[in-house]
Amino acid sequence: MALLQIFEPGMSTAPHQHRLAVGIDLGTTNSLVASVRNGVSAVINDEQGRGLLPSVARYSVDGPVEVGYGAQAKQSEDPHNTIVSVKRFMGRGLSDLQKTIDTPYRFVDAPGMVQIKTAAGVKSPVEVSADVLKTLRVRAETALGGDLVGAVITVPAYFDDAQRQATKDAAKLAGINVLRLLNEPTAAAVAYGLDNASEGVYAVYDLGGGTFDISILRLTRGVFEVLATNGDSALGGDDFDQRIYCWILEQTKLSSLGAHDVRLLLTKAREAKEALTKHPETAITAVLSTGQIVDLILTSLSFAGMTENLVNKTLSPTRKAMRDAGLGIEDIKGVVMVGGSTRMPHVRRAVGEFFLQNPLTNLDPDKVVAIGASIQANILAGNRSADEMLLLDVIPLSLGIETMGGITEKIIPRNSTIPAARAQKFTTFKDGQTAMMIHVLQGERELVSDCRSLAKFELRGIPPMVAGAARILVTFQVDADGLLSVSAREQSTDVETRVEVKPSYGLSDVEITRMLQDSYLYAQEDMAARTLREQQTEGNRLLEATESAVAESGGALLTAKELADISLAMATLRETIAGDNHRAIKMAAESLNQVTSDFAARRMDMSVRQALSGHRLEEIAASL
Amino acid sequence: MAVTLTSSAADRVQKFLIQRASGVGLRLGVRTSGCSGLAYTLEFADEFNADDIKFESCGVTVLVDPKSLAYLDGTELDFVREGLNEGFKFNNPNIKNQCGCGESFNV
Ligand SMILES: Nc1ncnc2c1ncn2[C@@H]1O[C@H](COP(=O)(O)OP(=O)(O)OP(=O)(O)O)[C@@H](O)[C@H]1O
Ligand SMILES: [Mg+2]
Repeated sequence: MALLQIFEPGMSTAPHQHRLAVGIDLGTTNSLVASVRNGVSAVINDEQGRGLLPSVARYSVDGPVEVGYGAQAKQSEDPHNTIVSVKRFMGRGLSDLQKTIDTPYRFVDAPGMVQIKTAAGVKSPVEVSADVLKTLRVRAETALGGDLVGAVITVPAYFDDAQRQATKDAAKLAGINVLRLLNEPTAAAVAYGLDNASEGVYAVYDLGGGTFDISILRLTRGVFEVLATNGDSALGGDDFDQRIYCWILEQTKLSSLGAHDVRLLLTKAREAKEALTKHPETAITAVLSTGQIVDLILTSLSFAGMTENLVNKTLSPTRKAMRDAGLGIEDIKGVVMVGGSTRMPHVRRAVGEFFLQNPLTNLDPDKVVAIGASIQANILAGNRSADEMLLLDVIPLSLGIETMGGITEKIIPRNSTIPAARAQKFTTFKDGQTAMMIHVLQGERELVSDCRSLAKFELRGIPPMVAGAARILVTFQVDADGLLSVSAREQSTDVETRVEVKPSYGLSDVEITRMLQDSYLYAQEDMAARTLREQQTEGNRLLEATESAVAESGGALLTAKELADISLAMATLRETIAGDNHRAIKMAAESLNQVTSDFAARRMDMSVRQALSGHRLEEIAASL
Repeated sequence: MAVTLTSSAADRVQKFLIQRASGVGLRLGVRTSGCSGLAYTLEFADEFNADDIKFESCGVTVLVDPKSLAYLDGTELDFVREGLNEGFKFNNPNIKNQCGCGESFNV
């Protein structure tokens, strides 16, 4: 029998029609599901009362996939088939991974995304994530007593199109209807009710198990804009465990331990670390497989000392993010702490000292993201009154298309709120051109080669017209999840082509951050590069026009001397185009224009004469 | 005539009202719909209506409109946990049969 929950006034649903919606934090280390019940958002626990679900899946030859604590426990025993931290592989190609992480997995290269060979067959990161999500869905449906209408799933702010799409695909595979993908820092801010707070800039400091992320958000009229993100994808709680582990070895003078003892001591180290957030000191005791005994006392003071450099390592990305956002410490209105590792008092202290204010810590730091997502899910599912403002998100990187000369024309600039639709007009470059290649790009840089290619498609069937006459409207549409579709239409004929951009996977977090930073760093260089490309395009256009004019009527209208001058000017222009001095190209183009001006005038006269000779005078008068 | 809360239900409601930080009490009601003809409604109350009938039970203010009260008289609202699921349950002496889902009933 279903149990009832308390609804907001007037919001009781008809029986069997409760709109059950949840928020899911799909983390690298741990995942959670939360929902709003009785007006309060809370994380849904498993049968043992645990909120966290380790994001670990283990595949075996026969038998179902095992997800969570059970799988985590078998990690050292069955490393090939126990997949941890799969979030790092979402939307990534094999070539993206090789340089970054060493893992025990047997990777299989596949178009789009890397796959992993397991005892139960080859699994893609999407499937592994789907198994984690499915476990959470079943947990939520059991606890809430019905089917979910949908979920809000969080992703890091720097996730690109490929990673977002992979996350959505995983949800679909797990039988979850995605109401929206929401940026993790935005979700944390929502959990703290900052979307109802006064407008201003907030910092979200997220130190989890294996990653550190800092995001600077600006809130204006209920919209969170990501001003800057930075971080370290290989810094987290695990490194603090590692420090304690090394300290144990130093103290006991132990060395060359077996795998089992290493894991045992790492677990002890982690327990000690977590105990020290509440106690001034803690005992570390263990009996190793060799019979050796570890019996030590670690104080929070010496723990803080030995890990101070790790804490400091989070501050330099923080400083960079502030610089990218173009802000000073005094601009930050509030600091939100996210991630289990922000429980450590010396981390809180360092962050407080950096921002010159006490960070917000009254919510559970490993639950805030899921809680914020569930609040958003509840609104999207229609369980709150309609006048409550819907929180909007923004696109992380600009979207545009390639134009002549390899230049990126931005159509939707980064930080536009989504959903968004923008259109821009383009035209043909050549006479009689009947097709146009639409190359969709993501990134902040001016040159196509510095941006990321998302898709390429062709608009065909443009009627032959003179260059510049066709009117091609390119429309970009980004849905509420940040996913893009592009259409191109020739307006005089209504020929249309459209694509859903299912991106070719393969850009890493580091790359995204780098692309953003580069765009600031290279702003000047890019402008110069753009000017150069424009001059080159212009120069080529002039060369082409001159060539065809000379071919057509050079023989009749030019003296040998004039022809030689023109050829020389063309050769000079060609030479400068091959170089990289945009001023030189401009000058060469101008002198070509000069030496051809008489020729152009004569061609004009000739075409008027030709036109006249074919018609009677009245006709011409009538047409004037 | 009365509608009451068990102490575990009252505890929960009080906690939710505090977390919600607004509201004057809990509103119970009945409306037509569902597989057995009638269905319960359970909502936070932000204001009193003129014809509300007010009960105090274990420190919680319970509001019921007169029409609903005819179906709810003698009802005890309980808060129970069944496995992972937890929520409120109406123990209503008036009902003849109810749909297996427990949300709709018949008198
Ligand atoms: N009381 C505590 N004191 C110190 N560290 C803690 C405490 N509780 C949890 N942690 C640490 O928090 C980390 C896990 O944090 P969290 O669950 O936020 O990670 P995650 O979001 O899954 O990981 P990531 O952000 O890297 O994807 C672990 O390293 C754990 O040891
Ligand atoms: Mg996290």
